[in-house]
Amino acid sequence: MAEPRPVLEMAGIVKEFPGVRALSDVDFRLFPGEIHALMGENGAGKSTLIKVLTGVYSLDGGTITLDGESVRFASPLQAQQAGISTVYQEVNLCPNLSVAENIFIGREPTRMGRIQWKRLRQEAARLVDRLGLDIDVTAPLSSYPLAVQQLVAIVRSLGIGDGDGDGEGAGGGPGTKVLILDEPTSSLDRDEVLQLFALMRRLKDEGVAILFVSHFLDQIYEVCDRMTVLRNGTLVSEHLVSDLDQVGLVQLMLGKAMGQLEELHEHQLHSTAGETLLKADGLGRTGSIAPFDLEIDKGEVIGLAGLLGSGRTELARLLFGADHPDSGTVTVDGKQVSLSAPNGAIGAGVAFCSENRKTEGLVPDLTVRENIILALQAARGWTRPVPAAQRDELVAKYIKALDIRPANPEARVGQLSGGNQQKVLLARWLITQPKLLILDEPTRGIDIGAKAEIQKLVVSLSEDGMSVLYIAAELEEVLRLSHTIGVLRDRRLVARITNGPEITTSKILETIASGEHQ
Amino acid sequence: MTTTSRWRALTHHQLFWPVAVLILLLLVNVPFTPDFFSVKMTDGHLYGSLVSIVLFGSPLILVAVGMTLVIATGGIDLSVGAVVAITGALTCSYISDQADQGALSGVLLAMGLGLLAAVVCGLWNGFLVARMGIQPIIATLIIMVAGRGVAQFITDGQIITINSEPYKLIGGGYWLTLPFSIFVVAVVVAVTVALTRRTALGLLVESVGGNAEASRLVGIRSSRIKIMVYVFCALCAGIAGLMISSNTSAADGNNAGLWIELDAILAVVIGGTSLLGGRFSIGGTVVGALVIQTLTTTIYTIGVPTQTNLVFKAAVVIVVCLLQSPKFRAKVFGAKFGARFGARGSARPAAAPADPAPPADAAPKMEVS
Repeated sequence: MAEPRPVLEMAGIVKEFPGVRALSDVDFRLFPGEIHALMGENGAGKSTLIKVLTGVYSLDGGTITLDGESVRFASPLQAQQAGISTVYQEVNLCPNLSVAENIFIGREPTRMGRIQWKRLRQEAARLVDRLGLDIDVTAPLSSYPLAVQQLVAIVRSLGIGDGDGDGEGAGGGPGTKVLILDEPTSSLDRDEVLQLFALMRRLKDEGVAILFVSHFLDQIYEVCDRMTVLRNGTLVSEHLVSDLDQVGLVQLMLGKAMGQLEELHEHQLHSTAGETLLKADGLGRTGSIAPFDLEIDKGEVIGLAGLLGSGRTELARLLFGADHPDSGTVTVDGKQVSLSAPNGAIGAGVAFCSENRKTEGLVPDLTVRENIILALQAARGWTRPVPAAQRDELVAKYIKALDIRPANPEARVGQLSGGNQQKVLLARWLITQPKLLILDEPTRGIDIGAKAEIQKLVVSLSEDGMSVLYIAAELEEVLRLSHTIGVLRDRRLVARITNGPEITTSKILETIASGEHQ
Repeated sequence: MTTTSRWRALTHHQLFWPVAVLILLLLVNVPFTPDFFSVKMTDGHLYGSLVSIVLFGSPLILVAVGMTLVIATGGIDLSVGAVVAITGALTCSYISDQADQGALSGVLLAMGLGLLAAVVCGLWNGFLVARMGIQPIIATLIIMVAGRGVAQFITDGQIITINSEPYKLIGGGYWLTLPFSIFVVAVVVAVTVALTRRTALGLLVESVGGNAEASRLVGIRSSRIKIMVYVFCALCAGIAGLMISSNTSAADGNNAGLWIELDAILAVVIGGTSLLGGRFSIGGTVVGALVIQTLTTTIYTIGVPTQTNLVFKAAVVIVVCLLQSPKFRAKVFGAKFGARFGARGSARPAAAPADPAPPADAAPKMEVS
């Protein structure tokens, strides 16, 4: 299907942010009349690449060639005028205006400074018709569901490329050559996705090159022709979709071959009593994670595996009441827990260390001591301060036990290193002696020594009878520590695997890729 | 070496700059009023510029102390001036209706009524902010605007004058040779410090203001904390309202406590509490309020023409804010000096530089003169 000359070619793209190289030497090409998936985990550089292409970010190196001409866009507007249109995840339109107005905002057809409303409506209707959509352009945008709004956003972006909005590309502008769809499906249901795909195929037949970003692997395989895989800001490879199966794709995204992953994990897991501590029934939240059932035993370590964005954090947040679930219940020790706020779960003995230490964990201006004591103090209420002697003793004990450095309770926690901040958070919850400790990416961004210490701590805590829900990007980590592994995919808990000698990282990878566990 | 480190410790103390500015302002007065620092005993009462500054600054200190806690939670309370007016209006109109205005029981009941009204205002503010999720600046703007109307409704648009000896004591009386209001302020400040530092309230307030989401996830019931601080702030404003109306023996719904919210916010910021919320310092706020009051007094003693005194005040406030900004100090006094303060400055980035707005509005002191 590929024509000899790509409509868009990016070569040797480099983008640097202070302290980070977001893209290094990335090549990317896009042929007319194809749907091309840009794949990679969160943080792989997909968004950065799109933003560099559309002029949101400036380029630090490399070239962009559009239709044989070297281009460099200083703003998204320039990119649009050159025929590169972008539709983002959130619909950036005005719900209170009509569909036609939304399509033409900012470039209404005018005569002597007056907007020609009739012509505007006619042209909007023609544009919508041409794309085979059944939309009344005079109705307010808000009267349509989100999916249709998304389609309108696409129509609008095509119209911009047209310059004069006549749908033929003959007018002021060159017509849309490249359409970028950045996660357009994340909030759509199945039927709506099909509607979107129909439009995408139609545009593809008209010769538009579509760049499609989605976390849903099935959708990629359904609609895309070709894909480019990025990892850590570098190009991994480019494939025809038909040449690469899902397992292969996941391996490329994670950067590990099956063979490499089959390392030994000879950590002797202790057996659990088999007494249920926590039980979740049909717990779910629309747009966050599909309803799931989960049981956690006393002293059990349950690990969550899945790609970034697959719903691992969302699952944990629902259990804790950090987000409000739409459906389902959680019981701890047989008693139902209120999930309207975290207080209910905390009262039942659940503790949650967020993956976002800075924004959801620490109070950076407060001292180490104040941060450590915070959860216990919150549980006691403001009228019953923890007595100073007891407080200082507890804080000193945990600073010593977790080897927090500097071992100064008066240090401002914002000035500590990442690993030590993580330990402060752990100390904060361990002081409350929880029954279930939820750790979301506790080892992310911390050095190898602290990493090992935290893993050891998890083992010893669970041996003492504490249950742990452990989320980590590294499968080996999950496999080494967990009695049970929950696998998530596309915001769904697809499998629960009991850990054992026959379970390997490649087995889990297969489950992540296929969504099934044999 | 030791003197250097002592000097460092001193300049690093959070109260160093506010106190330095206060002392500087006091010294500026000496060439104009040679006996500025002298305190005389007349009729068993102490008189002098220093005593007057504390006396006239009392309402501002009270309001600013309450404001400190609100700001520490990341909020702001613009309604305190209106609460001052409502409290004064309600109390005075109740007293003026009494057959015997000097009866202690009537006066106490009137004060109770006034303070109750203040608490209701605080509850309303707290409800809007904490339960309805309305931005504090908007939520408290409601009473700031409507409250003056309520106050004038209570007084029928008149200035109510009263003649009550017991009521006069709070804002204009003397006790143990000192103005009685100084004792009221001392008690309120002591209670506030005890309430925030002897209980866990201070920690929880700083946590909510320092990182609201983290506080929620750690199980702090932040809406309760917020309602509490808005009520406390209104209560402080209520006491200030009693003081002001007692001092003049009159309730003026229109002008009592006019613009005091802006002076109070300024006092909090000069005292080193960041408008972004988090760490707060009651001591700093008291010094900040004294700085504002000293400035007002200075304007009169050095004879700045009345029509330009707002400009003068604004200029001084800008200088004070700039002096407190680590960035500014680094630029003007050199990198070494700036770097030394840089570490502390980064702890409270918005403390000083974030507040160029209030100066222009820092209006003349109330009618306490």
